[in-house]
Amino acid sequence: MSVDMSQFYQTFFEESFEGLDIMESGLLGLDIGAADEETINTVFRAAHSIKGGSATFGFSVVAEFTHLMETLLDEMRDGTRMVTEDSVDYLLKSVDCLRELLTAVQDESEHNAEFVNEVKAGLERILHGDTAADTASSGGKAEGETAQEKPEIEGWVIEFKPADYLLKTGNDPVRLFNELSLLGEMETSCCTDNIPLFAEIEPENLYLSWTITLKGNIAKEQVNEVFEWVDDDADIILTCLGEEQAGEEKSSQEPVPLTVVESEANVEPGNSDAQGAEAESIVKNISPKAAAKPAAKKITSKEQSSIRVGIDKVDDLINMVGELVITQSMLGQLGENVNSANIEKLQDGLAQLERNTRELQESVMRIRMLPISFAFQRFPRMVRDLSNQLGKEINLVLLGEQTELDKTVMEKIGDPLVHLVRNSVDHGIESPDEREAKGKSREGTVELNAFHQGGSIVIEIKDDGKGIDKQVIFDKAVEKGIVNANESLTDEQIFDLIFAPGFSTAAVVSDVSGRGVGMDVVKRNIRELGGTIEVKSEKGQGSTIIIRLPLTLAILDGQLIRVGEDTYIIPLISIIESLQVKPEQISSIGGQAELYKLRDEYIPIVRLYDAFGLTPDSTDLKDGLIVIVEGDGGQAGLYVDDLLGQQQVVIKSLETNFRPVEGISGATILGDGTVALILDIAGLITLSRQSRGRAA
Amino acid sequence: MAKILAVDDSASMRQMVGFTLKGAGHDVQEACDGVEALKIAQTGTFDLVLTDINMPNMDGVTLIKELRQLPAYKFTPMLTLTTESGAEKKMEGKQAGATGWIVKPFSPDQLLATIKKVLG
Repeated sequence: MSVDMSQFYQTFFEESFEGLDIMESGLLGLDIGAADEETINTVFRAAHSIKGGSATFGFSVVAEFTHLMETLLDEMRDGTRMVTEDSVDYLLKSVDCLRELLTAVQDESEHNAEFVNEVKAGLERILHGDTAADTASSGGKAEGETAQEKPEIEGWVIEFKPADYLLKTGNDPVRLFNELSLLGEMETSCCTDNIPLFAEIEPENLYLSWTITLKGNIAKEQVNEVFEWVDDDADIILTCLGEEQAGEEKSSQEPVPLTVVESEANVEPGNSDAQGAEAESIVKNISPKAAAKPAAKKITSKEQSSIRVGIDKVDDLINMVGELVITQSMLGQLGENVNSANIEKLQDGLAQLERNTRELQESVMRIRMLPISFAFQRFPRMVRDLSNQLGKEINLVLLGEQTELDKTVMEKIGDPLVHLVRNSVDHGIESPDEREAKGKSREGTVELNAFHQGGSIVIEIKDDGKGIDKQVIFDKAVEKGIVNANESLTDEQIFDLIFAPGFSTAAVVSDVSGRGVGMDVVKRNIRELGGTIEVKSEKGQGSTIIIRLPLTLAILDGQLIRVGEDTYIIPLISIIESLQVKPEQISSIGGQAELYKLRDEYIPIVRLYDAFGLTPDSTDLKDGLIVIVEGDGGQAGLYVDDLLGQQQVVIKSLETNFRPVEGISGATILGDGTVALILDIAGLITLSRQSRGRAA
Repeated sequence: MAKILAVDDSASMRQMVGFTLKGAGHDVQEACDGVEALKIAQTGTFDLVLTDINMPNMDGVTLIKELRQLPAYKFTPMLTLTTESGAEKKMEGKQAGATGWIVKPFSPDQLLATIKKVLG
């Protein structure tokens, strides 16, 4: 029977890559010196499965490599090997290596042999450093090979005396005899001497023994193979026909491990060794076959953009569509016969429709939501590697991993997060000695925390390192010409300087971070997502970076406002408050830029009609309203004619449908079919600053 | 045709074993660990149990021990699928009550040849 193995490849690759992830996170979670048994077991199992699968499916390169890992892990599992930093390092590298190998096999491309060999050598060095684990198997191979040449054999006399519990192992002597009979001409005689008195008989026990004569040129191994499984549950004495000298005794009655080892050592091509040799030869046999047949099915490794959705979410959706259909048919019926009697019913139906639609919308949005652990999962490994590289001791704490976030946002926040975590590790956390000198614990902590707050998700990156020295930042900014030496800035403004383009405070530009590009890019990326970034820091105590992001990019809670004839939308998240103008609190600079004094703060006023060239109801500030908005670290008061209402709006991109417009982030279609533009608050604030700059 | 219970935590191995055995006309049920296998085993009888050793939740050795306690499985052939060619693992399986073992990697043909030994 021939089975096309390639049909199982896809499953094998999928589970192997999953296994690699499990191994990686397991290894990262290992405490050096006091490793958790269950974790090692899990890692071992993953390696074990990959090895078993790759050998079965003919990927011998993968199997060979995994074998080394498995051996090492097995020794750790048995407690014969200590879990050391070095060995975990190499196991982690092996995971990378295995990923490389598997990808290469999957794509049918060449793997990076240099890297693989290097890691392999490392594993072998660890393995052979103090134990001779592999010498046994290579010895076995040699023995298996020498056992090939033998003289002509006439046959065998086999004395088979099974233990009384043999049947309870599922072995049946009859099946053994059937199999023996396939080897040559067979005669059996049964010995019934051991059958006890009827009263003493245990019906489930076996009291018989046999003498079998098997004729033919049969290798001893062939006979042994038949009895392989019952070796320890029976006395088996093999005598070569024609040879009068006493046969070799093979086996021991009681399964005491010690005797087993001994008896196995006696039998020349020891059972286990022969088995080992067999396993190896199979690996070798399979590989050329697989190579000769260049994989029937080409498996594409191209990552398709897809998401895994929990079945419960899909069920929810189907349920809701069902409700929607019911409501629709109800409304349809009512619509056929509209009169004053059922107008109330119609209204009810419409309300239900609205509820259905909203629920449906929420459910659909939820499908795009993924737990933020997808973005967090790369950090344990990264922090570990970095801290090794930098000689720091760092404990990474991940919180709120289940917090859900839109997939698009998640994809875009990944790189900024990496940058920020690198910064914390590199610049934030001090070296262990430095920390000790300051009276802190040698181990620094970096904490990543995600949670929902209102309509946004907040991600905090917190470290207990040296914090940001405001003076150093300020001096640097002056030196770089970003601010004037005599300018006085608030703490917030100073921290904000680190996001300025071309700003870096690292004393030495290190390999890890600190080229002065990055923080500005980080800020830009976050702004593009409609989010904000904020820094809090206490010198000597550590820093916290707080990122606020909208939950999704597709929908926004908006405040509708009116300027003249037109309706605009301000994202609700950026509104601080709306107020009526008190004329005495307006002051103007140079007769151009107007400032509104709000609780001791001066906020620039942006007249929206001016910015967009519209005709307002009135140009007098006291006739309209001021909406105080915040974005990009700055505030502004938007002068509008009226506030209309709040609603959720679906964002349509202006860029894809029209072209980018300054001060506008997108558009939406309102209930009455008209298009309303969504204001880009951060952009407007920048615009107003520029015009102020010109005015000044 | 025999009723066979195949237990392995690796989906690809399960597929391979299942496909091979079904191809040979056997009735195969699959389980992904010892716990599931034990549950399935209790709902019916099987002519043969094939189980991996290393599995989460309940490993193959424990599964065999548990199954041997059940009257219906007192004499049922049970084979372990093991990559560990070392005597130790095989013995552990044997002591738990396994009938024999198949060493991974095995080809579909080897698998069929081996199970023939116990389905006589």
